[in-house]
Amino acid sequence: MMKGLTNWRLFALMTALLVFLAGCGREEISTLIPAGKVAQDQFNLLILSTAVMTFVIIAVSIIFVLAIVKFRRSKLGDDMIPEQVEGSAKLEFIWTAVPIVLLLILAVPTVYSTFDLADVTAMDSIDEEGNQENLTVNVTSYLYWWEFEYPEEGIVTAQELVVPTNERVYFNLISADIKHSFWIPSIGGKLDVNPENVNKFYLEFDKESALLDDGVYFGKCAELCGPSHALMDFKVKSVDREEFDQWVASMQEEVESPTDTTAQAGEAIFGPDGASCIGCHAVSGTGPAGMAGPNLATFGDRNRVAGFMEHTEENVKKWIQDPQQYKPGNLMPDGKSLNGGEEFTEEELDALAAYLMSLSVEE
Amino acid sequence: MDLNKRYTAQSWPDHPETATLEGKNKFVGFWLLLAAETITFASLFATYLALRDRGPSGMEFSSSGLFELPLVFAMTMILLTSSLTSVYAIHHMKNHNFKAMQAWLGITVLLGLTFLGLEIYEFNHYVHLGFGYTNSAFSAAFYTLVGTHGAHVLFGLCWFIALMVRNSKRGLNMYNAPKFYLAALYWHFIDVVWVFIFTVVYLMGAIS
Amino acid sequence: MSSLAQKKGVGAVIWDYMTTVDHKKIAILYLISGGFFFLIGGVEALLIRIQLMKAGNDFLSAGLYNEIITMHGTTMIFLASMPILLGFMNAIMPLQIGARDVAFPFLNSLGFWLFFFGGIFLNLSWFMGGAPDAGWTNYASLALASEGHGIDFYALGLTISGFGTLIGGINFLVTIINMRAPGMTYMRMPLFTWTTFVASALILLAFPPLTVGLFFMVFDRMFGANFFVVEMGGNTIIWEHLFWIFGHPEVYILILPAFGIFSEIFAIFSRKRLFGYTALVFATILIGFYGFMVWAHHMFTVGLGPTANAIFALATMIIAVPTGIKIFNWLLTIWGGSIKFSVPMVYAVAFIPSFVAGGVTGVMQAIAPLDYQLHDSYFIVAHFHYVIVGGVVLAILAGTHLYWPKMFGTMLSEKLGHITFWTFFIGFHMTFFIQHFLGLLGMPRRVYTFGADQGWDLFNAISSAGAAFMAIGVIVMLINIVITTVKNVRVGNDPWEDGRTLEWAIPSPPPFYNFAQTPLVRGLDTYWIEKMEGNKKGMVYAEPVGDIHMPNGSILPLIMSFGMFVASFGALYFQDDSKPWTLAVLIIGLAILFGAMLARSLKDDLGFYIKKEDLIEDAKRGGNTDGSK
Repeated sequence: MMKGLTNWRLFALMTALLVFLAGCGREEISTLIPAGKVAQDQFNLLILSTAVMTFVIIAVSIIFVLAIVKFRRSKLGDDMIPEQVEGSAKLEFIWTAVPIVLLLILAVPTVYSTFDLADVTAMDSIDEEGNQENLTVNVTSYLYWWEFEYPEEGIVTAQELVVPTNERVYFNLISADIKHSFWIPSIGGKLDVNPENVNKFYLEFDKESALLDDGVYFGKCAELCGPSHALMDFKVKSVDREEFDQWVASMQEEVESPTDTTAQAGEAIFGPDGASCIGCHAVSGTGPAGMAGPNLATFGDRNRVAGFMEHTEENVKKWIQDPQQYKPGNLMPDGKSLNGGEEFTEEELDALAAYLMSLSVEE
Repeated sequence: MDLNKRYTAQSWPDHPETATLEGKNKFVGFWLLLAAETITFASLFATYLALRDRGPSGMEFSSSGLFELPLVFAMTMILLTSSLTSVYAIHHMKNHNFKAMQAWLGITVLLGLTFLGLEIYEFNHYVHLGFGYTNSAFSAAFYTLVGTHGAHVLFGLCWFIALMVRNSKRGLNMYNAPKFYLAALYWHFIDVVWVFIFTVVYLMGAIS
Repeated sequence: MSSLAQKKGVGAVIWDYMTTVDHKKIAILYLISGGFFFLIGGVEALLIRIQLMKAGNDFLSAGLYNEIITMHGTTMIFLASMPILLGFMNAIMPLQIGARDVAFPFLNSLGFWLFFFGGIFLNLSWFMGGAPDAGWTNYASLALASEGHGIDFYALGLTISGFGTLIGGINFLVTIINMRAPGMTYMRMPLFTWTTFVASALILLAFPPLTVGLFFMVFDRMFGANFFVVEMGGNTIIWEHLFWIFGHPEVYILILPAFGIFSEIFAIFSRKRLFGYTALVFATILIGFYGFMVWAHHMFTVGLGPTANAIFALATMIIAVPTGIKIFNWLLTIWGGSIKFSVPMVYAVAFIPSFVAGGVTGVMQAIAPLDYQLHDSYFIVAHFHYVIVGGVVLAILAGTHLYWPKMFGTMLSEKLGHITFWTFFIGFHMTFFIQHFLGLLGMPRRVYTFGADQGWDLFNAISSAGAAFMAIGVIVMLINIVITTVKNVRVGNDPWEDGRTLEWAIPSPPPFYNFAQTPLVRGLDTYWIEKMEGNKKGMVYAEPVGDIHMPNGSILPLIMSFGMFVASFGALYFQDDSKPWTLAVLIIGLAILFGAMLARSLKDDLGFYIKKEDLIEDAKRGGNTDGSK
């Protein structure tokens, strides 16, 4: 009996701990663990508003509980007819004025922050040598994937955004097809990616993503965009400025052919004489931008396949054979139609996977 | 109410449209409907202004060169006149002069038909120039706004004609007086909307 | 000919309901069809929660999931909540103001049948190639990209039912303006009538933008227009504006009548006059007014710029003030009262903390920069379910218990009612409270699946378990209705014993002419005043017994609505080359519609009179004849 009770206690404790740990979520994606100025500002507003609102809830609860405890008919008797009070101007004034004061407390930081977070005037500022002072990334959303172009650096990548830490990064957002929304919860709030106009904002990244369990921050599409909306994930790697400059430099280099023979076979299939994957996917870090499929120059460095599947050769092969099964509604043809009506053989798939995995710009 | 009750100009009330509860209800209800119609047209105008001259790159037509202003001016005058003739009709309705009312309504209908005919001619003309409904966002917004007004004109005409035919034998009574009144009110509303269309679509288009 | 009909067969009853223009029968039609759609929407909600109960679940496919969330939202808002509330308005509001019917009984029937055929049309999409899948907000770029005819069903179905709602709104407004009994001044109107009035005004002004937006959608998809086609110069943000200019007032169209129902309940079951009646009335009007000036708070992340965002953020915050006024006035109504915890009152009491929770998260989202995080996450899902379920659905359940005896003459079981309440209430908080945190942990809304590595598994499981409790509550409610109907224990005029307004002064259900003599209203809570002064009859009369003029029933509203229903199929398939008959169907449908309209305007409909003798005769029999004509 005692033992059962102990077990039960332990279970209760574990449950409580689990709820508490789950309470703040994962560092890679939770808005409750902000990892940049924008998310931090928004988190502070969350705390401030929660505090004010808790005050309101407590005030209401006290009156509420007292009222339903004190004035039950079972206590007062069935025949009691209460006094028919009309109202009270004084009370009406109080509960009009107090909420207005509370709202003013919220209104000031709201207005300040609204303008602060939308301030992109420094986006195009140029230093004495004519170089852009701040990093700008052009984000283009496509049905279920993301393209990131660095116009000043002349490089393009997809699905995994790479940014330097501790500086302001500016974003230009536009959609190539329908409306999406660009959201990295632990870094900052979302901004819609409209088909008709460029939206601009900035984010800051405080912490190197290598320190996280997964090594990347999780980015999401936040606007319903079709069947695979839930799978339209991207990842963010934040690295220090030095490492970022290195990454940019190696992105700008010519692509070297792989040395491994399987991968070389894969390159042939990938190329114009094979299945012509290259018609839609660039493998060079310099682009061009705006191709039908995501740029694959950093494929080997990625954290996920197709934005959400574990980064293994097995998954690459599965994806090539039947993309529809994993991301319904996406626009990539299946393996059979890419290969002129025949399924890829196991060897061809191995070769393709090996080739793709060999595409890397990181040391 | 008693349909067979005979009225004279003396026993006919000053405001026959609101002399009965049914009439009052129709009167208030119709004004409310016009409020909803106003919002409808406001939405159409807002959309038109947002999409004016918007189209695919290299679009041929814009609001500045396209419209036939003299024709549209004539249409405006005709519709304004028809609003005036409908005022005469209601004046005679209130005086219990059925024949005069029918006559003025007849003139109103004729003017309305002329307006509608000219509008159809105008649309036809634009389409022949190559400015079709599916050309651009601008063309869709233009035809939808002006066309919705045209549909209202058509509905108003049908309403007038139905009332005139249905009551031609039996004259005015408390049952149909509110109906004549409301049809005329509707006609004025259509007229006001057209004034806005003339200003916002045609005049502002010509200026820009 | 006696106008007071006798016992009828099943076929006659069905025909009676198809042709009725009696506001009480139309109310029952609204309640039944709204309830039916509520169950459909509920099943869709359960499917959603089953799919999301664990990471990577494959219970529903991605496309089907999007259809289900779209239909869940659309059904619950347009086909369940609003019609059920319109049902209560129809059943109760004319009684509260001492009227014999609404201003336009024929249009009342037309409004119902348009809603009904619109709802059926929308739901037929399930069987005819797939339901709409762009969310209930139907954002234009996704909607235009959507394949199949789902979106067309959405646009046309909502257009039809929207006309019905608009007609209903005008009807209630005119009824309240013109048909109040002598002495019933505006400031003596019961709060439910007031909220009906303001909600109807919102319907009148909010539905036209939606209709215009839907027409653009129809023209774009079916007739080649380019309102939202970006390459052709179109702009998808226009849809968002039109939708939310409608969409935000729509929230108040739902919540204000709910406030009205709760106001009635607080007064009745505390045996006390509403505290601050005047303040409550003005708060209602203010909420309705502000409701039109805040739509862009649904669009903070669209990129309208900081100035627009700041203005709309502040405007939105202001709405908290009149809403707070209401909450405190309700609290002070029960303060010092004599509270009886009957089922309606239990719902009303539970509504206060639930709605306050929904309200404060609303203020949090009004803070635009914070909303960049909360928008389109599960936080917003939690917020609007706290407002809609914690406000509107609780009001619907409370109103069902409160007005059931007035509408059907029998009392729902208190015991089963309490069981429904507790299971539903616990399930509701379990389902949605946790979703606030899912949103804060980064879970976007409208995702058909989520990965196991995001830290959302436990909370989603809890949320799904809560949904099961809500389902049990609703099932018990259905059992309650069946048992009550079978037992059929009749009740008197004032079954709650503390009724305060006119509807409780007449038989349950009322005779089809409502009041044999029009009452004279001597103050707020007339019936209470008469009771306190010992008036056994419950009211004083403004007129002697005399002939009563009543409207004729008509089948034309049903035919007109059916015509629109038919025409919609023509429009729906208009672009399909494989179907050459579409134009013919479109024309036939419109011909039915306009033919019926012409018949209506050419044929005089003067109604009929109930003779004085029949009224006296009926009064002897208890005065609750279910007359029909």
